[in-house]
Amino acid sequence: MKANDVILQTVTKVVSFIILSFAAYLFFAGHHDPGGGFIGGLVTASALVLLFLAFDIRTISNGIPINYRLLVGIGLAVSTVTAVGRSYDSRFSHTFEYVDFPLFGEIELATSVLFELGVVLTVVGGTLTIILSISEDV
Amino acid sequence: MTNIIILLLIIPLITGLVLIFFRKHLRLQRWTSLISLIINGIVAVVVIQHVHNQGTQTLNLGGWEPPFGIVIVADMLAMLLVLATIIVAITCLLYAFKTIGEERERFYFYTFFHFMLVGVMGSFLTGDLFNLFVFFEVMLLSSYVLISLGGGKRQLRESIKYVLVNIVSSMFFLVAIGYLYGITGTLNFAHMSMRIAEAGQDGLITTVAIFLMLVFALKAALLMYFWLPGPYGAPPMAISALFAALLTKVGSYAIFRMFSLVFYHQEGMTHQILAWLGIITMILGAIGAVAHWSLRKILAYNVVVAVGFMVAGFAIFTTTSMAGSVFYIVHDMLVKALLFILGGIMIGLTGTDKLREMSGMIRNHAALGWMFFIAALALAGVPPLSGFMGKLLVLHEAIGEGFYVIAAVGLITSLMVLYSVVKIFINGFWGENQLSVEDEKMSTKGALLPCAILTVLVIGMGVGAEFVSPYIMQAAEVMSNPSLYIDAVMQITE
Repeated sequence: MKANDVILQTVTKVVSFIILSFAAYLFFAGHHDPGGGFIGGLVTASALVLLFLAFDIRTISNGIPINYRLLVGIGLAVSTVTAVGRSYDSRFSHTFEYVDFPLFGEIELATSVLFELGVVLTVVGGTLTIILSISEDV
Repeated sequence: MTNIIILLLIIPLITGLVLIFFRKHLRLQRWTSLISLIINGIVAVVVIQHVHNQGTQTLNLGGWEPPFGIVIVADMLAMLLVLATIIVAITCLLYAFKTIGEERERFYFYTFFHFMLVGVMGSFLTGDLFNLFVFFEVMLLSSYVLISLGGGKRQLRESIKYVLVNIVSSMFFLVAIGYLYGITGTLNFAHMSMRIAEAGQDGLITTVAIFLMLVFALKAALLMYFWLPGPYGAPPMAISALFAALLTKVGSYAIFRMFSLVFYHQEGMTHQILAWLGIITMILGAIGAVAHWSLRKILAYNVVVAVGFMVAGFAIFTTTSMAGSVFYIVHDMLVKALLFILGGIMIGLTGTDKLREMSGMIRNHAALGWMFFIAALALAGVPPLSGFMGKLLVLHEAIGEGFYVIAAVGLITSLMVLYSVVKIFINGFWGENQLSVEDEKMSTKGALLPCAILTVLVIGMGVGAEFVSPYIMQAAEVMSNPSLYIDAVMQITE
């Protein structure tokens, strides 16, 4: 007998977006409030894990065709490049600048956000690589 | 100019992560790995020359002043070990090309190889205790993967032991860092040393120092070597060679660094303990090396003996004895890689590591045999070869300073080490040839090249001791005079 997952799947469709937007909030809040790349990445991964639980691996893998092992590499590359990118003036350092945007007003743009983006990608890739490779039948 | 130091870590890091994307392209992976290591070797030579001319170089990451940011310190000791690491890595890589097999190469072997090098070289170069912990973990995590990669039954069994021991010792390390931070309020080596020098090394700090000694002793297989012989025999010899040449040396380096730079005020206590640890390690390691009839086990126990000797030499704590220890650690990295690679070829040819089942290999493999003979003599410290200078300096100081036990044990264990490797030579190469060329399990084509490189270096380091010794003396100078290091890091100028 096939179990009926209608309620779980319907709730997941809504909730996963809430979780993902919370993850985005945490990621951008990290500079001034609690949050940052690591927790943002974990929350993103938890949204994806919820999708994998409510549906099945093949459906979600077709819907979100990401190779999570490569995602780890991309994340590491992003973080490394933000560090090396500033080496031209002999400081391996982060910098920031205040930029006026037409709609949002003055916003602080910092290169540490790019570094954290690399952390997010690495954490998501690492977590899902672990979970998906454990779940696979050998 | 000082920015060039970070290249030593950035190059393998970038190589490792680029190779994640090309896991199916074996040829590309091999060439990229080799070229990046050669470039890194050139960088290391340039930095060594610079350090030789200008003194210790530092790089403040992020532009933060030393006690607040992480500082990368390239002094001569660290740089010599970095260069030796790169040489060992190049030769192990050349050997791995021939022997590691496509299965492993496809599953990120080269990526983890490079990540492990980042960890090893980062541990040598960092000037910050917590950063040292992080680089230790980078190195250990990669080594966990390398030891279990392939997933043979024996590899999995040994990797569980290895991971357990290292997780426990890493936790101790973290606790020790916590205590030390609670006492001194800083994590920077130089700043910590200044704080301890100002306040005096009381009983509490000495206790923490001994706790840290325990941690590094576990990593370096000093007395607590019970975990070492199993895991070092499990993975393919290319990986074992890398482990034997690098991993325990990082622990020894950490002991050298901490006890010459930070905890040098209570010599009677801490260095006495180090000396005894070294002596007991030498004796027990030599007994293990003599007792076994398995090639892998004999070589693994020789790693233990060398660690004991280095630490005992360091514990005498004069400039000359430390120079001897530095000479010996560099020599030992090269000669251990050479011995493990040669042993790997012997096991590859015969298909067994039991000495009683191999003989007469010199008929078909004269070059292999004589290189093994040279490596055996170098390991024991026979004069024209590289092991001699280090042992001579340490034994000279041991007798001069009244450490007669170290001198006696050092000499006796040298003899036992010589016996253990010559036992391999006699059983493996002399006698009736049981193995025709057709029966051999692998061809030595290409695998002899890394051995030849290392043999030339081992001979060169012994014959050219005059050329090497200014660099070694400079390293020992910084170790025996911590203010040189502290002034360079904290940028104190007169």
